[in-house]
Amino acid sequence: MNLSEKMLPIALGEERSDLLSGYVLGSLFFETSTRTRLSFASAMARLAGTTLGFDQPLGASIQKGETLADTIKMVDAYSDVIVLRHGAEGSARLAAHFAAKPVINAGDGAGQHPTQTILDLYTIRKTKGKINGINVALVGDLKYGRTAHSLAEALALFGAKLIFVAPQMLQMPKETVRAVEKLGGKPKIFHKVEESLPDADVMYVTRIQKERFPDLAEYQKVAGAYVVDNALLKDAKPDLSIMHPLPRIDEIHSEVDKTPHALYFQQAFNGVPVRMAILALILGASD
Amino acid sequence: MKEFKVTPIRNGTVIDHISFGMALKVLRIIGISGENAQSTVSMLLHVPSKKAEWKDVVKIEDRELDPKELDKIALISPNATINIIRDYNVAEKFIVDVPEIVKGIVKCQNPGCITNHNEPIEPEFVVESKKPLLLRCIYCERLMSDVSEYLI
Repeated sequence: MNLSEKMLPIALGEERSDLLSGYVLGSLFFETSTRTRLSFASAMARLAGTTLGFDQPLGASIQKGETLADTIKMVDAYSDVIVLRHGAEGSARLAAHFAAKPVINAGDGAGQHPTQTILDLYTIRKTKGKINGINVALVGDLKYGRTAHSLAEALALFGAKLIFVAPQMLQMPKETVRAVEKLGGKPKIFHKVEESLPDADVMYVTRIQKERFPDLAEYQKVAGAYVVDNALLKDAKPDLSIMHPLPRIDEIHSEVDKTPHALYFQQAFNGVPVRMAILALILGASD
Repeated sequence: MKEFKVTPIRNGTVIDHISFGMALKVLRIIGISGENAQSTVSMLLHVPSKKAEWKDVVKIEDRELDPKELDKIALISPNATINIIRDYNVAEKFIVDVPEIVKGIVKCQNPGCITNHNEPIEPEFVVESKKPLLLRCIYCERLMSDVSEYLI
């Protein structure tokens, strides 16, 4: 996080760096991505490195039935570090098994999304000055939302106080609750956003993951149930910060964008300096 | 005089203290079906037991089990005892033990796990708890407790 801070002027284009000149990033996105993929590419470019790869598997050998293991072995030979997003849980772990080069998990199905977590922690620390003791409400799809899983564990590790707000069917998986409790976290569990408002310093809203619902009827039942708008925020702490990994559908109204609560666009930008720091550290190129 | 429902075997393996109802699964684990059995296999279901109320027992003649088979039995019947019989005598006797790592014998119950996607890799689990059994997939991190339907 400290290195991310140092990367900030380079990420903003105010300074130039050739820290990763000659390094190649293998960027494999089997699932669509805007922010994660582009911020990794931007991070690599800002540090004078090169990115190769694909952002959807059409046309690649995967369409011909190639296994992930074989794809990874090839990209491992072409690059110095691999970024992988894949629809199956545990795919990054499998990739790390077959690759000699470091593998960065950019989202594995409904599993984890650790670089998002690091940029979320960075954003909270930068805004609130600390993480320890901060009340963070995780709101929305806690079952399928992989960012919420990684973030809950990391926040517990840093001593934040957790509030899980979701309908019963989308509550945090028991594996994550167990991991949080092992780290000493005692999450409060609510079903309505309003219940979390008096305490929350940060509200981390997630999109209901339509694509991960086995049954569309179940999606319809909960879609739109967790909406943040200015009317709701009347009862919030004045310095409540609202975060969202984006993309959003309608869970945060656009009217909130103009309020001091909105932190999500800053959060999205922070992906660049944080991923610059991650790449530099993994490639052993930082000072 | 004690009545033997099944006569003693000369050489082979007696798997005793199998959790009641699990004997058929034990046979499946050790790959015994009507087509491939090379010797006599006896199975006793719902036998009175001193340790538990009821147990199952399997006797396989002329065969000694390998460690991978024993690991699988441990996963579905952690109190089972293995008696290796040679010339009517118990040559070796031990209780099955759930290993620390379970590799290649159980499938992950999570259909979204990469190990269920035709990748060239064996499913692997860390044993979080032996009693009650709790396995954690090292790939997707999902926990599973009932493995009997997921044995490979």
